Amino acid sequence: MSARDEMIARIRATQTAAPPPAHIPAYRTHMQANRETLVQHFIERLADYHVSVLRARGDGEIGEVASRQLATRNIASLVIPSDMPASWRPTTPAPREDTGLSLQDLDAAAGAMTGCLLAIAETGTIVLDSGPGQGRRALTLLPDYHLCVVRESAIVGIMPEAIAALHPHVLRGAPITFFSGPSATADIELDRVEGVHGPRTLDVLLVA
Amino acid sequence: MKTFPEIAHTELRDTQLRRNIRKATTTIRARTARVTAELPDWEQLRDAGQAIKQATLRDLDKHLLQLEERVTAAGGSVHWARDAEEAREIIIGITRRHGATRAIKIKSMTTDEIDLNPAMHAAGIEPIETDLADMIVQLMDDTPSHILVPAIHRNRAEIQALFEDKFGQGKLTDKPTDLTAAARLYLREKFLNTPVAISGANVAIAETGSVCVVESEGNGRMCLTLPRVLISLMGIEKVLPRFEDLQVFLQLLPRSSTGERMNPYTSLWSGVREADGPQEFHLVLLDNGRTKIMADEAARETLHCIRCSRCLNVCPVYERTGGHAYDSMYQGPIGAILTPQLRGYEKAGSLPFASTLCGACYEVCPVKINIPRILIHLRAGATDARRAAHAIDPETVAMKAALWMFASQSRLGAAQALGRIAQRAIAHDGLISRLPGPLSGWTDTRDFPALPAQSFRAWWHNRAHPK
Amino acid sequence: MRVSLFITCFNDTLFPQTGQATVTVLERLGHEVDFRPEQTCCGQMHSNSGYPREALTLVRRFVETYRDAPMIVVPSTSCTSTIRAQYPRLAAGDSALLAELDTIIPRVHEFTEFLTRVLEVEDVGAYYPHRVTYHASCNALRALKLGGAPRALLGAVRGMEFVDLADIEQCCGFGGTFAVKNAEVSTAMLTDKMRAVLATGAEVVTAGDNSCLMHIAGGLSRLQAGVRAMHIAEILACV
Repeated sequence: MSARDEMIARIRATQTAAPPPAHIPAYRTHMQANRETLVQHFIERLADYHVSVLRARGDGEIGEVASRQLATRNIASLVIPSDMPASWRPTTPAPREDTGLSLQDLDAAAGAMTGCLLAIAETGTIVLDSGPGQGRRALTLLPDYHLCVVRESAIVGIMPEAIAALHPHVLRGAPITFFSGPSATADIELDRVEGVHGPRTLDVLLVA
Repeated sequence: MKTFPEIAHTELRDTQLRRNIRKATTTIRARTARVTAELPDWEQLRDAGQAIKQATLRDLDKHLLQLEERVTAAGGSVHWARDAEEAREIIIGITRRHGATRAIKIKSMTTDEIDLNPAMHAAGIEPIETDLADMIVQLMDDTPSHILVPAIHRNRAEIQALFEDKFGQGKLTDKPTDLTAAARLYLREKFLNTPVAISGANVAIAETGSVCVVESEGNGRMCLTLPRVLISLMGIEKVLPRFEDLQVFLQLLPRSSTGERMNPYTSLWSGVREADGPQEFHLVLLDNGRTKIMADEAARETLHCIRCSRCLNVCPVYERTGGHAYDSMYQGPIGAILTPQLRGYEKAGSLPFASTLCGACYEVCPVKINIPRILIHLRAGATDARRAAHAIDPETVAMKAALWMFASQSRLGAAQALGRIAQRAIAHDGLISRLPGPLSGWTDTRDFPALPAQSFRAWWHNRAHPK
Repeated sequence: MRVSLFITCFNDTLFPQTGQATVTVLERLGHEVDFRPEQTCCGQMHSNSGYPREALTLVRRFVETYRDAPMIVVPSTSCTSTIRAQYPRLAAGDSALLAELDTIIPRVHEFTEFLTRVLEVEDVGAYYPHRVTYHASCNALRALKLGGAPRALLGAVRGMEFVDLADIEQCCGFGGTFAVKNAEVSTAMLTDKMRAVLATGAEVVTAGDNSCLMHIAGGLSRLQAGVRAMHIAEILACV
């Protein structure tokens, strides 16, 4: 008998030991809040993660706000997804499109700038699905700095709302990354250190 | 094979361990208490988590077959491993096929469970642990002492010396930020230049064929994204039927585990994605005793565990001994029930007794596993195994004698009277400060009350029938 | 009300004063107390130590003894929770016994629970002019969920100076046979409990369970700490 058949047979043999199925109780599926409250909540959570928040009133301002922040952060080389809209692109440093760059090239870049699919207010979480304006996963992983553009309209209240929105994307095979602040560890004497292997600095650019 | 009390004897004397574990458990305890209290539907989420796990195990065959079908359709391969040896062979076989001499690893208790690392070394493949604490433990040739923070028994000076010795980056400071930065530099080369990664899985979703890894440091994302080949090993109980089930566990896990509202990084992938991440994906489904646990009605909820480690952080026994006393990668209350079921009573029969049954674990478990109840159930199993192995088991003799006494009020009354006579040699001023035999464990540190002049039943009798 | 006392083997044998105090308080409140001499042990030790078949014998004995008792009061949190939580499991498979347990268990009450939830009394007329702290046994706290009931009873005692115990949710390390099988871990837990008790400056530590108290008192006495342990019934019996 194959391992597969044997394991399935073993599982089926245990079914008499299973208790009758229990009712799954209701829990919150969304946050009762208007847009303004959601945005405020999200910003507060980002502050908990020591993430800086920049604001742009519309798409037209993104490139300019980004340029200023990249200068403040001294980001000398920037990689972006190749499908990033022109109005988002900063002028300095001149961004380099990820058109299949090697991992070494990505690693050598000082920063990456991308959009995102959505964000979760309650936990200050940003979600990527490698969709438009986000690039592949390695792009937001190897550079030490990440500037992430989040549309205010993309902020949902709580996790179940995010999961509902992600469902069609996952069914299409999209890989999903949730990130909540920069990477962190408390492995040495339980002292929290922010920034381990992912980008050590994360800035969020909120677009109205 | 050392028993829990034998190892605890040594561990209790390790003052650094005692201090570090206490600091870790009290800190995390306060954090988890705070972030679980702030959710208005925390109790409903726990109930939902429990109900989903229960229902999933009931139809586990269906869910695993669907998972296999979806992962395969998404370009991944699914392997089935009945036991640890089969799982090791599969993983090492795939790694070998790619000619890899090393593989990067993400923190995975399941790979520890199957003793993967020693087998990889033996096969000429270097397993590189990339979680900071796991790396420290591996480089020190040590063993983990906590599910969540495995190197909590080590201090910064030891880690500084270790990194200076192993990293070739010259002199380092003992500051955690600097040590962490040194680890980042050391591992970056390995992340970029290792063809194979091995991970565990926190969750897999049957409906979408997705696997999910929850982490903090980003070493997980590195391993899941950069190598050409990814191998994920998961216990069969980790599957969830629907994508929407994830929303319950992504709320329960981080809040119960590190006490964060959400952990820094959570990755979810379905098979292989062109030009994005590994181009070959293998999912290994592990039984290794799990179906045996499922067959035990009274213990099958052990498999509901999501490995958050919250039970460790509230356990008064764990807080004193640390994780090594459990002699297993699964420690604390969950280890005390899981390890004996995976390894058998001969090897781990002392673990179900390593608890006062105080119930702190059950009170906080995010999926409400009734650990004290299972401990009691396993104690019966361990006792039966011991009785079967010994012609005369002293404890059984004592328990039978106690039952004989309790089975009759006159025998109990007679024993009380007899005890009063027998204790004359050892009782002084109403106290016994030295008991014989195994009971000396009590009087080594505590007095025992002497039998009073009159039992309650004698007092009651005299009251009802005054002379 | 006619109240049947389940004194428990432990109190019967080692702490008769707790049983006497229970009788005193219940009679003072105008209730008629009966003691059935057939009673012995609830089976907790056997059940918790891996001897469920032996424990089942004692479950049957308990049912035999209390079948017709209208109200059963137990001055022990751990014995009460054994009856409530473990009896149905021990009796699993014996539907006749389970049916009897279904009718008996709702009539079983821990002593402070009986006072506060059944009789709805907090002031039992006690006077006890001492500095006292209260250890919430794990069973009172988690299995029986007694909450603030014992504290409310103590709060109504005249003359008492009550001091809260730090880390009240922490187990004292007794755990039945655990205290012997894992004597060193048990002692490490006890040490912290004693530290908390001593930090209160109390002269008396009380609880609803003499097993915890025997453990705490056994450690304190070995240290000549000058703190004594008293079951809560004994304090409530003082006038």
